[in-house]
Amino acid sequence: MEVISKIILPIFIIIIVFYGVKKRVNVYDVFLEGAKDGLIATFNIFPAIIAMIFAINIFLDSNVLSFVITNVSKMIGGINLPLEIIPMALLRPISGTASLAIMNDIFKSFGPDSYMGRLASILQGCTDTTVYVIALYFGSIKIAKIRHALWGGLFADLVGIIMAIVLTNLFF
Amino acid sequence: MVNYIWAFLIGIGIIYSLVTGNINTLNESILTNANEALDLILNLLPIIVLWTGILKIAEESGLLDKFAKLLMPILHKLFPDVPKGNKALGYISSNIAANMLGLGSAATPAGLKAMEELQKINPDKKTASFPMITFLILNTAGVTLIPTTILALRVAYKSASPGEIILPAIIATACSSIAGLTLDYIIRKRAKKWK
Repeated sequence: MEVISKIILPIFIIIIVFYGVKKRVNVYDVFLEGAKDGLIATFNIFPAIIAMIFAINIFLDSNVLSFVITNVSKMIGGINLPLEIIPMALLRPISGTASLAIMNDIFKSFGPDSYMGRLASILQGCTDTTVYVIALYFGSIKIAKIRHALWGGLFADLVGIIMAIVLTNLFF
Repeated sequence: MVNYIWAFLIGIGIIYSLVTGNINTLNESILTNANEALDLILNLLPIIVLWTGILKIAEESGLLDKFAKLLMPILHKLFPDVPKGNKALGYISSNIAANMLGLGSAATPAGLKAMEELQKINPDKKTASFPMITFLILNTAGVTLIPTTILALRVAYKSASPGEIILPAIIATACSSIAGLTLDYIIRKRAKKWK
Protein backbone atom coordinates (compact mmCIF):
# COMPACT_ATOMS: atom_id res chain seq x y z
CA MET A 1 0.00 0.00 0.00
CA GLU A 2 2.71 2.43 1.02
CA VAL A 3 4.63 1.68 -2.18
CA ILE A 4 1.69 2.80 -4.31
CA SER A 5 1.58 6.15 -2.49
CA LYS A 6 5.27 6.60 -3.07
CA ILE A 7 5.42 5.74 -6.78
CA ILE A 8 2.44 7.86 -7.92
CA LEU A 9 4.41 11.08 -8.14
CA PRO A 10 7.53 9.81 -10.00
CA ILE A 11 5.38 7.79 -12.42
CA PHE A 12 3.31 10.86 -13.23
CA ILE A 13 6.35 12.99 -13.88
CA ILE A 14 8.05 10.47 -16.15
CA ILE A 15 4.90 9.88 -18.20
CA ILE A 16 4.31 13.62 -18.64
CA VAL A 17 7.89 14.45 -19.60
CA PHE A 18 8.33 11.46 -21.96
CA TYR A 19 5.01 12.06 -23.66
CA GLY A 20 5.97 15.72 -24.11
CA VAL A 21 9.27 14.74 -25.75
CA LYS A 22 7.51 12.21 -27.96
CA LYS A 23 5.07 14.88 -29.16
CA ARG A 24 7.99 17.20 -29.89
CA VAL A 25 7.04 19.73 -27.22
CA ASN A 26 9.90 22.00 -26.10
CA VAL A 27 9.57 20.53 -22.63
CA TYR A 28 12.03 22.84 -20.91
CA ASP A 29 10.60 26.06 -22.40
CA VAL A 30 7.03 24.98 -21.72
CA PHE A 31 8.00 24.05 -18.16
CA LEU A 32 9.35 27.56 -17.59
CA GLU A 33 6.19 29.08 -19.02
CA GLY A 34 3.95 27.01 -16.74
CA ALA A 35 6.18 27.61 -13.72
CA LYS A 36 5.84 31.35 -14.27
CA ASP A 37 2.03 31.01 -14.22
CA GLY A 38 2.34 29.10 -10.96
CA LEU A 39 4.50 31.83 -9.49
CA ILE A 40 1.96 34.52 -10.36
CA ALA A 41 -0.94 32.38 -9.10
CA THR A 42 0.81 31.81 -5.76
CA PHE A 43 1.48 35.51 -5.28
CA ASN A 44 -2.16 36.21 -6.10
CA ILE A 45 -3.34 34.04 -3.21
CA PHE A 46 -0.89 35.62 -0.76
CA PRO A 47 -3.33 38.32 0.52
CA ALA A 48 -5.95 35.61 1.17
CA ILE A 49 -3.35 33.53 3.04
CA ILE A 50 -2.40 36.50 5.25
CA ALA A 51 -6.07 37.27 5.95
CA MET A 52 -6.93 33.69 6.85
CA ILE A 53 -3.80 32.94 8.90
CA PHE A 54 -4.44 36.16 10.82
CA ALA A 55 -8.06 35.36 11.67
CA ILE A 56 -7.51 31.67 12.37
CA ASN A 57 -4.48 32.19 14.57
CA ILE A 58 -6.23 34.82 16.68
CA PHE A 59 -9.07 32.35 17.05
CA LEU A 60 -6.83 29.36 17.87
CA ASP A 61 -4.46 31.30 20.16
CA SER A 62 -7.37 32.52 22.26
CA ASN A 63 -7.87 28.89 23.44
CA VAL A 64 -11.61 29.26 23.05
CA LEU A 65 -11.50 25.97 21.17
CA SER A 66 -10.10 23.92 24.05
CA PHE A 67 -12.85 25.43 26.21
CA VAL A 68 -15.47 24.23 23.71
CA ILE A 69 -13.77 20.85 23.18
CA THR A 70 -13.55 20.09 26.92
CA ASN A 71 -17.24 20.81 27.34
CA VAL A 72 -18.31 18.89 24.27
CA SER A 73 -16.21 15.86 25.33
CA LYS A 74 -17.93 15.96 28.73
CA MET A 75 -21.29 15.99 26.97
CA ILE A 76 -20.67 13.11 24.57
CA GLY A 77 -18.80 11.14 27.23
CA GLY A 78 -16.83 8.04 26.23
CA ILE A 79 -16.80 8.46 22.45
CA ASN A 80 -13.23 9.16 21.42
CA LEU A 81 -13.42 11.52 18.45
CA PRO A 82 -10.54 13.72 17.29
CA LEU A 83 -12.38 16.94 18.17
CA GLU A 84 -9.47 19.21 17.25
CA ILE A 85 -10.24 18.42 13.61
CA ILE A 86 -13.79 19.79 13.76
CA PRO A 87 -13.02 23.45 12.97
CA MET A 88 -11.05 22.30 9.94
CA ALA A 89 -13.85 20.00 8.82
CA LEU A 90 -16.37 22.82 9.23
CA LEU A 91 -14.30 25.37 7.30
CA ARG A 92 -13.09 23.02 4.54
CA PRO A 93 -16.25 23.32 2.36
CA ILE A 94 -16.24 27.12 2.65
CA SER A 95 -12.63 28.24 2.29
CA GLY A 96 -9.67 26.23 1.08
CA THR A 97 -7.29 28.84 2.47
CA ALA A 98 -8.89 28.71 5.93
CA SER A 99 -8.59 24.94 6.16
CA LEU A 100 -5.03 25.19 4.82
CA ALA A 101 -4.22 27.63 7.63
CA ILE A 102 -5.63 25.20 10.21
CA MET A 103 -3.69 22.30 8.68
CA ASN A 104 -0.56 24.44 8.95
CA ASP A 105 -1.35 25.00 12.62
CA ILE A 106 -1.92 21.28 13.22
CA PHE A 107 1.43 20.44 11.58
CA LYS A 108 3.07 23.07 13.78
CA SER A 109 1.59 21.74 17.04
CA PHE A 110 1.40 17.98 16.40
CA GLY A 111 3.77 17.39 13.44
CA PRO A 112 2.80 16.07 9.98
CA ASP A 113 3.38 12.41 10.93
CA SER A 114 1.18 12.47 14.03
CA TYR A 115 -2.34 11.06 14.01
CA MET A 116 -3.79 14.57 13.78
CA GLY A 117 -1.31 15.60 11.08
CA ARG A 118 -2.19 12.62 8.89
CA LEU A 119 -5.90 13.06 9.44
CA ALA A 120 -5.68 16.76 8.53
CA SER A 121 -3.69 15.92 5.37
CA ILE A 122 -6.21 13.32 4.21
CA LEU A 123 -9.12 15.59 5.05
CA GLN A 124 -7.64 18.48 3.10
CA GLY A 125 -6.96 16.12 0.18
CA CYS A 126 -10.26 14.31 -0.05
CA THR A 127 -12.78 17.18 -0.06
CA ASP A 128 -13.11 20.46 -1.88
CA THR A 129 -14.51 23.94 -1.22
CA THR A 130 -18.10 22.87 -1.94
CA VAL A 131 -19.87 26.06 -0.85
CA TYR A 132 -17.44 28.30 -2.71
CA VAL A 133 -17.57 26.29 -5.95
CA ILE A 134 -21.37 26.16 -5.93
CA ALA A 135 -21.63 29.91 -5.35
CA LEU A 136 -19.10 30.62 -8.12
CA TYR A 137 -20.48 28.21 -10.73
CA PHE A 138 -24.18 28.92 -10.23
CA GLY A 139 -23.50 32.64 -9.82
CA SER A 140 -21.75 32.74 -13.19
CA ILE A 141 -24.88 31.60 -15.06
CA LYS A 142 -27.39 33.31 -12.72
CA ILE A 143 -29.14 30.25 -11.35
CA ALA A 144 -31.35 31.11 -8.37
CA LYS A 145 -32.84 27.70 -7.45
CA ILE A 146 -29.98 25.28 -6.84
CA ARG A 147 -32.22 22.38 -5.61
CA HIS A 148 -30.19 19.61 -3.96
CA ALA A 149 -26.76 20.77 -5.21
CA LEU A 150 -25.61 22.21 -1.86
CA TRP A 151 -26.75 19.51 0.52
CA GLY A 152 -25.79 16.81 -2.00
CA GLY A 153 -22.28 18.26 -2.09
CA LEU A 154 -22.14 18.62 1.69
CA PHE A 155 -23.35 15.04 2.10
CA ALA A 156 -20.43 13.90 -0.07
CA ASP A 157 -18.10 16.00 2.10
CA LEU A 158 -19.47 14.41 5.26
CA VAL A 159 -18.81 10.95 3.83
CA GLY A 160 -15.30 12.18 2.96
CA ILE A 161 -14.69 13.35 6.54
CA ILE A 162 -15.90 10.06 8.02
CA MET A 163 -13.78 8.09 5.55
CA ALA A 164 -10.74 10.25 6.39
CA ILE A 165 -11.09 9.32 10.08
CA VAL A 166 -11.69 5.63 9.30
CA LEU A 167 -8.78 5.42 6.85
CA THR A 168 -6.35 7.23 9.16
CA ASN A 169 -7.05 4.58 11.79
CA LEU A 170 -6.83 1.80 9.22
CA PHE A 171 -3.66 2.86 7.42
CA PHE A 172 -1.43 4.06 10.23
CA MET B 1 -20.32 33.98 3.76
CA VAL B 2 -16.53 34.02 4.02
CA ASN B 3 -16.87 37.66 5.16
CA TYR B 4 -18.97 36.65 8.17
CA ILE B 5 -16.74 33.73 9.05
CA TRP B 6 -13.61 35.88 8.89
CA ALA B 7 -15.18 38.51 11.16
CA PHE B 8 -16.50 35.77 13.46
CA LEU B 9 -13.07 34.16 13.91
CA ILE B 10 -11.41 37.49 14.71
CA GLY B 11 -14.29 38.67 16.92
CA ILE B 12 -14.54 35.51 19.02
CA GLY B 13 -10.76 35.20 19.26
CA ILE B 14 -10.22 38.75 20.51
CA ILE B 15 -13.22 38.84 22.86
CA TYR B 16 -12.38 35.45 24.43
CA SER B 17 -8.74 36.49 24.87
CA LEU B 18 -9.77 39.76 26.54
CA VAL B 19 -12.30 38.02 28.81
CA THR B 20 -9.82 35.37 29.95
CA GLY B 21 -7.03 37.95 30.37
CA ASN B 22 -4.86 36.45 27.68
CA ILE B 23 -3.77 39.85 26.40
CA ASN B 24 -0.07 39.05 25.99
CA THR B 25 -0.72 36.00 23.84
CA LEU B 26 -3.25 37.97 21.82
CA ASN B 27 -0.78 40.76 21.08
CA GLU B 28 1.95 38.33 20.19
CA SER B 29 -0.47 36.50 17.91
CA ILE B 30 -1.50 39.70 16.12
CA LEU B 31 2.08 40.83 15.58
CA THR B 32 3.56 37.50 14.43
CA ASN B 33 0.69 36.17 12.31
CA ALA B 34 1.78 37.84 9.11
CA ASN B 35 5.24 36.25 9.39
CA GLU B 36 3.64 32.87 9.64
CA ALA B 37 1.64 33.58 6.48
CA LEU B 38 4.88 34.44 4.72
CA ASP B 39 6.49 31.19 5.95
CA LEU B 40 3.49 29.25 4.68
CA ILE B 41 3.58 30.79 1.23
CA LEU B 42 7.35 30.29 0.98
CA ASN B 43 6.86 26.64 1.90
CA LEU B 44 4.21 26.21 -0.76
CA LEU B 45 5.73 28.28 -3.53
CA PRO B 46 8.51 25.99 -4.84
CA ILE B 47 6.44 22.84 -5.30
CA ILE B 48 3.47 24.72 -6.78
CA VAL B 49 5.77 26.40 -9.30
CA LEU B 50 7.39 23.05 -10.08
CA TRP B 51 4.08 21.27 -10.50
CA THR B 52 2.44 23.94 -12.67
CA GLY B 53 5.55 23.73 -14.87
CA ILE B 54 5.26 19.95 -15.20
CA LEU B 55 1.53 20.13 -15.87
CA LYS B 56 2.01 22.77 -18.54
CA ILE B 57 3.96 20.11 -20.45
CA ALA B 58 1.00 17.74 -20.05
CA GLU B 59 -1.30 20.47 -21.36
CA GLU B 60 0.84 21.40 -24.37
CA SER B 61 1.56 17.82 -25.42
CA GLY B 62 -2.13 16.98 -25.48
CA LEU B 63 -1.80 14.48 -22.63
CA LEU B 64 -4.41 16.33 -20.57
CA ASP B 65 -6.92 16.11 -23.47
CA LYS B 66 -6.13 12.43 -23.92
CA PHE B 67 -6.72 11.86 -20.23
CA ALA B 68 -10.01 13.79 -20.51
CA LYS B 69 -11.10 11.58 -23.42
CA LEU B 70 -10.58 8.49 -21.28
CA LEU B 71 -13.22 9.86 -18.91
CA MET B 72 -15.83 10.26 -21.68
CA PRO B 73 -17.50 6.82 -21.48
CA ILE B 74 -18.02 7.31 -17.73
CA LEU B 75 -19.45 10.77 -18.34
CA HIS B 76 -22.04 9.46 -20.79
CA LYS B 77 -23.31 7.19 -18.03
CA LEU B 78 -23.29 9.95 -15.41
CA PHE B 79 -25.00 12.53 -17.62
CA PRO B 80 -27.76 10.69 -19.50
CA ASP B 81 -29.65 13.98 -20.09
CA VAL B 82 -26.77 15.60 -21.99
CA PRO B 83 -26.73 14.59 -25.68
CA LYS B 84 -23.59 12.76 -26.86
CA GLY B 85 -21.07 15.05 -28.50
CA ASN B 86 -22.34 18.12 -26.61
CA LYS B 87 -19.55 20.58 -25.86
CA ALA B 88 -20.45 20.55 -22.17
CA LEU B 89 -19.12 16.99 -21.80
CA GLY B 90 -15.75 18.03 -23.22
CA TYR B 91 -15.47 20.87 -20.71
CA ILE B 92 -16.61 18.65 -17.85
CA SER B 93 -13.97 16.06 -18.67
CA SER B 94 -11.18 18.65 -18.89
CA ASN B 95 -12.38 20.14 -15.60
CA ILE B 96 -12.23 16.76 -13.87
CA ALA B 97 -8.91 15.83 -15.48
CA ALA B 98 -7.34 19.13 -14.35
CA ASN B 99 -8.74 18.72 -10.83
CA MET B 100 -7.40 15.17 -10.60
CA LEU B 101 -3.89 16.37 -11.41
CA GLY B 102 -4.11 19.19 -8.88
CA LEU B 103 -4.33 21.90 -11.52
CA GLY B 104 -7.05 23.99 -9.90
CA SER B 105 -6.34 27.11 -11.92
CA ALA B 106 -6.98 25.27 -15.19
CA ALA B 107 -10.00 23.46 -13.78
CA THR B 108 -12.07 26.55 -12.96
CA PRO B 109 -12.27 28.09 -16.48
CA ALA B 110 -13.25 24.70 -17.93
CA GLY B 111 -15.84 24.29 -15.19
CA LEU B 112 -17.39 27.69 -15.88
CA LYS B 113 -17.53 26.90 -19.62
CA ALA B 114 -19.25 23.59 -18.82
CA MET B 115 -21.90 25.43 -16.79
CA GLU B 116 -22.43 27.85 -19.67
CA GLU B 117 -23.00 24.99 -22.13
CA LEU B 118 -25.32 23.19 -19.69
CA GLN B 119 -27.31 26.41 -19.26
CA LYS B 120 -27.88 26.47 -23.07
CA ILE B 121 -29.74 23.15 -22.89
CA ASN B 122 -31.49 23.99 -19.61
CA PRO B 123 -35.26 24.50 -20.15
CA ASP B 124 -35.65 26.67 -17.01
CA LYS B 125 -32.86 29.27 -16.89
CA LYS B 126 -33.47 30.18 -13.23
CA THR B 127 -33.41 26.64 -11.88
CA ALA B 128 -30.45 24.26 -11.76
CA SER B 129 -30.83 21.33 -14.16
CA PHE B 130 -29.99 17.75 -13.17
CA PRO B 131 -26.76 17.60 -15.19
CA MET B 132 -25.59 20.82 -13.50
CA ILE B 133 -26.16 19.36 -10.06
CA THR B 134 -24.47 16.07 -10.97
CA PHE B 135 -21.47 18.00 -12.29
CA LEU B 136 -21.19 20.13 -9.16
CA ILE B 137 -21.42 17.16 -6.82
CA LEU B 138 -18.73 15.40 -8.84
CA ASN B 139 -16.60 18.55 -8.85
CA THR B 140 -16.95 19.39 -5.16
CA ALA B 141 -16.18 15.84 -4.05
CA GLY B 142 -12.67 16.87 -5.10
CA VAL B 143 -11.06 13.96 -6.88
CA THR B 144 -7.33 14.76 -6.62
CA LEU B 145 -4.52 12.36 -7.47
CA ILE B 146 -1.65 14.74 -6.66
CA PRO B 147 -2.41 17.05 -3.72
CA THR B 148 0.55 19.39 -4.27
CA THR B 149 -0.06 21.93 -1.48
CA ILE B 150 -0.46 19.20 1.14
CA LEU B 151 2.71 17.46 -0.03
CA ALA B 152 4.62 20.75 0.05
CA LEU B 153 3.52 21.53 3.57
CA ARG B 154 4.30 18.01 4.79
CA VAL B 155 7.79 18.30 3.34
CA ALA B 156 8.22 21.73 4.97
CA TYR B 157 7.34 20.27 8.38
CA LYS B 158 9.88 17.46 7.86
CA SER B 159 7.51 14.55 7.40
CA ALA B 160 9.34 11.21 7.19
CA SER B 161 7.02 10.14 4.37
CA PRO B 162 5.19 13.10 2.79
CA GLY B 163 3.41 10.99 0.16
CA GLU B 164 1.97 8.39 2.54
CA ILE B 165 -1.37 10.25 2.65
CA ILE B 166 -1.97 10.14 -1.12
CA LEU B 167 -3.51 6.68 -1.32
CA PRO B 168 -5.86 7.04 1.68
CA ALA B 169 -6.89 10.47 0.38
CA ILE B 170 -7.74 8.98 -3.03
CA ILE B 171 -9.77 6.19 -1.43
CA ALA B 172 -11.62 8.69 0.78
CA THR B 173 -12.38 10.88 -2.26
CA ALA B 174 -13.62 7.89 -4.25
CA CYS B 175 -15.99 6.98 -1.41
CA SER B 176 -17.34 10.52 -1.06
CA SER B 177 -17.78 10.88 -4.84
CA ILE B 178 -19.67 7.59 -5.06
CA ALA B 179 -21.83 8.54 -2.07
CA GLY B 180 -22.65 11.97 -3.56
CA LEU B 181 -23.40 10.55 -7.01
CA THR B 182 -25.57 7.77 -5.59
CA LEU B 183 -27.63 10.27 -3.62
CA ASP B 184 -27.94 12.42 -6.74
CA TYR B 185 -28.99 9.38 -8.80
CA ILE B 186 -31.73 8.43 -6.32
CA ILE B 187 -33.09 11.99 -6.27
CA ARG B 188 -33.07 12.12 -10.08
CA LYS B 189 -34.94 8.81 -10.40
CA ARG B 190 -37.56 9.89 -7.89
CA ALA B 191 -38.13 13.26 -9.56
CA LYS B 192 -38.67 11.54 -12.91
CA LYS B 193 -41.18 9.12 -11.40
CA TRP B 194 -43.24 12.00 -10.05
CA LYS B 195 -43.54 13.60 -13.45
